[in-house]
Amino acid sequence: MNTAKKLVGLAALATTLAVVATGCSAEPAAPAQTTAAPGSVDLRMTVWTSNEDQLALFGSIADAYKADHPEIGTITFDSLPFADYNTTLTTQIAGGNSPDLAWMGDLSKDLIDSGALVPLTETLQGTPGWNYDDLLDSATAQFTADDQLYAYPFSNSPFALYVNNDLLAQAGQTLDTADLSWDQVSAIGSAVNAATGKGGFVVRDFDYSAWNTLATVWTGWGASAWSEDGTTCTFDSDEMVDAFQFLHDAIYVDKSMPGPGTKADFFAGDSAFTIAQVSRASLLDGSFDVDVYPLPTGPAGSYSVLGQAGVGVLKSSAHTQEATEFLAFLTDPENAALLAQYFPPPRESLLTGEKLAENNTKLTAEQLQTVVVDQLPGAVTLPNHTSPAEIAQKGKTALDAMWTPDADVKTVLTSVCTAIEPLLAN
Amino acid sequence: MTRSTDRGASQDAPRGERPTRRRFWNLARRDSLTGYLFIAPQLVGVLVFVLVPVGLAIYYSLNDWNIFSGELQFVGGENYAALLDDPQLPAVLGATAIFSSGVVVLNIALGLSLAILLNRRFRGVTLFRTLFFSPVVVSVVAWTLVWGFLLQDNGGINGLLAQIGVVGPNWLQEGPTAMIAVVVTQVIRSVGINMVLFLSALQGVPRELHEAARIDGAGNAAIFTRITLPLISPTVLLTAIITIVGALQAFAQIAVLTEGGPGLSTTVLVYYVFQQAFDFNDIGYGSTLALMLLTFVLLLTVLQWQLRRKWVFYED
Repeated sequence: MNTAKKLVGLAALATTLAVVATGCSAEPAAPAQTTAAPGSVDLRMTVWTSNEDQLALFGSIADAYKADHPEIGTITFDSLPFADYNTTLTTQIAGGNSPDLAWMGDLSKDLIDSGALVPLTETLQGTPGWNYDDLLDSATAQFTADDQLYAYPFSNSPFALYVNNDLLAQAGQTLDTADLSWDQVSAIGSAVNAATGKGGFVVRDFDYSAWNTLATVWTGWGASAWSEDGTTCTFDSDEMVDAFQFLHDAIYVDKSMPGPGTKADFFAGDSAFTIAQVSRASLLDGSFDVDVYPLPTGPAGSYSVLGQAGVGVLKSSAHTQEATEFLAFLTDPENAALLAQYFPPPRESLLTGEKLAENNTKLTAEQLQTVVVDQLPGAVTLPNHTSPAEIAQKGKTALDAMWTPDADVKTVLTSVCTAIEPLLAN
Repeated sequence: MTRSTDRGASQDAPRGERPTRRRFWNLARRDSLTGYLFIAPQLVGVLVFVLVPVGLAIYYSLNDWNIFSGELQFVGGENYAALLDDPQLPAVLGATAIFSSGVVVLNIALGLSLAILLNRRFRGVTLFRTLFFSPVVVSVVAWTLVWGFLLQDNGGINGLLAQIGVVGPNWLQEGPTAMIAVVVTQVIRSVGINMVLFLSALQGVPRELHEAARIDGAGNAAIFTRITLPLISPTVLLTAIITIVGALQAFAQIAVLTEGGPGLSTTVLVYYVFQQAFDFNDIGYGSTLALMLLTFVLLLTVLQWQLRRKWVFYED
């Protein structure tokens, strides 16, 4: 009897110590390991890239993971067209054919808000060697809610100014990089257009539809689409009016920006400048001389804007635990370094120009230091909100009135607020 | 037990007379079964791809479905009430009416005119008939993409206009010209079907009727309006119905050419349904709009069938 009492007391003490030890520990407990039968788990991750090199890299990381994880049968990277990515993903979720992991851009807020994503923080912190504290706060902010990370920001690509030096030389123009301002870009763009008939500056992917990309311009005027808490529209602010007046003049007065309905692809040599993400450097084919600089300064000074993509695990997956464990492997420091050749990483340890240049054949270490590493800490992201598609469509519908020569900038921007404010309030 | 009783009854029948047994699979029943078996594949198709989706649309229209969380909440008539509060809907219905009217009027007028022109014997008539019909077999998206490039501000159409000293508009970026562009693009692609139907109908009009009218002193206009048109009126009805239904279902042209813009000027109802259901993930409201569209199509078709008594002649 005494022995039994002692054993019970010992067990209670051990349990208490274990609980206390767990609670006091600086490192969270390692995540539970899967108990799935060998070959019984097939994982599918939706991506929007169709780049064969990128898919091959993902494939090789998946093969390495499978070698150590017998429970994994297959890992598939399902490449969906970028233009329809959100629609296709939501249709798959609605149809009960949800992927296990998914890339996400502006859909992330809706997914997080709906509780559709698996929280990652505990697993990532508990994975030996993952080094969670290495993540930049500015990179994780968009994918974090209530101190939980819901998607790993695998791509953090700042927007930069690409310059076609050949076109500038053809028009007899020289760029003063010491004072690289929007006024200078517009003036040179206008001169190039007049001399060569080619476009001046192009905000890539805007195409008079995706107005959120214009944040790469209006941020230079100190403007933003809505308040920080996302509830109040600020499209009608004085700063925004000035920014849009600049764009309107560039199109209809200075002719430094191709107007609506005019196709001009910088990477095909159709324009003097473009604002595009650094990752778009992969489109350069060496057919003309190019330089890349941080975004030009605006009246509000220098600034940087970031386009992000994250990868998360969907709760509707039948294998959330295995998918989360694979995500931890895919994004550990070693694999993050491999992914960094295509996607600027969120890890501070990898963010030096020299490290990024190790696997980048398009840009030099110096360029990568200037346009990526130096820009990331203070960068703002493109506008992101719940109901992104509806806000985008209603905003575009109102903003269409801007793209006529006699548009009243202030009136149009006020109508944008009227259109999107009910959605911001939700 | 029953079988032995039956056997006994047949044994009681007078010798030489066959018992009058009622066979279940008599001729009428076998004919009916054959008919049902023939239409069964189509019935299954209608059931699976029409009736079940319509039933589901009605169900979804009564619910609010959060796709991401998978929650379905019954909201009763809330989505139907939202139709009245939707500030964009009047503009969408207006664009739908303009687009459909434009397509129907142009398509039937052009189809009939082409059929009349090509209902003659001249060298190369087959080539012209093939030429006008060929867009029908081209993929809608491919056709629209090409037109999208041609209609750019610096595209082929304005390039041609510039050759004759005309500064063309920015077709797809201005409200009125964008609507004209999508209507004309749709008509040129689909007019071949109506042309072939009208051609077939015109060739069925007895030549002697025309000759008799001409002997009586009728001119071309009178022959067309008093003889030809009444005789081909069943085909006019058919083409009107399929063209209206086709116009109300036009989606790819809008999605590729204008994305419903500028503003809402080319946002037709089908495109709006798609936006609500698949872009905005509001399946409930999207289903409600789809049911409204279904009701419109049904009403228009019923109305046309009723009106046929007034303007369709020689209907069997």
